[in-house]
Amino acid sequence: MNVDPALRDQMLAAIPSLRAFAISLSGNVDRADDLVQETILRALANIHSFQPGTNMPAWLFTILRNLFRSEYRKRRREVEDADGTFAETLKSHPDQIGRVEFREFRQALAQLPAEQREALILVGASGFSYEEAADICECAVGTIKSRVNRARSRLAKLLAIDNVDEFGPDHATRAVLMRHDT
Amino acid sequence: MQPDAPAPKNASGLNREIQAKIGQQLRAIYDDVVQEGVPDRFADLLKQLDKPDKPSEEGRTE
Repeated sequence: MNVDPALRDQMLAAIPSLRAFAISLSGNVDRADDLVQETILRALANIHSFQPGTNMPAWLFTILRNLFRSEYRKRRREVEDADGTFAETLKSHPDQIGRVEFREFRQALAQLPAEQREALILVGASGFSYEEAADICECAVGTIKSRVNRARSRLAKLLAIDNVDEFGPDHATRAVLMRHDT
Repeated sequence: MQPDAPAPKNASGLNREIQAKIGQQLRAIYDDVVQEGVPDRFADLLKQLDKPDKPSEEGRTE
């Protein structure tokens, strides 16, 4: 197989983000890596249809998403990890985000409809523009925008339930205040 | 008397804070994976292309 080294480098560079997206779709690291592998093979087999100078990450994301969707349709339903997408990948979190908060966030994320979660991740985490995300999801830009908006407000609502405690200035201060109260 | 300091119902302010938090957490979990870089498995897969040896029809499975 003859692949321009420059294209190969572009593919390599896109893989870390592609994996993160795959995990967000499948909720499982092993399946995600299989998806990435399939995506690479598919991309190599179709490399002639990639136009140099266009967006390699977006092209790969599109392939991966399509693979996932056709596979998903086949497998139908698998038990979703109750702890939510990304549960397995959790390790070192930035200090400013608490463990509890993180778990609640993942659980909230898992409650979003797949299309909303996907749109939110493409735009909010992968760093694609609305236009690029629309290309990847093969839908209108306006559709992506509304999915992202709905995802955001749904998440806000889910997380706001515990807002006072979880998002308040800090837990400890409140605890101290309460103690003084008695 | 002291009003019971209600949570700022003032949606916009609170909302903005939550939205910022959402963005931050979203990127944090995503970047956890991104920072793992390219697993060997994929690097090897793409590196194989460098080798001039043509894959036989059947391919060889190890």
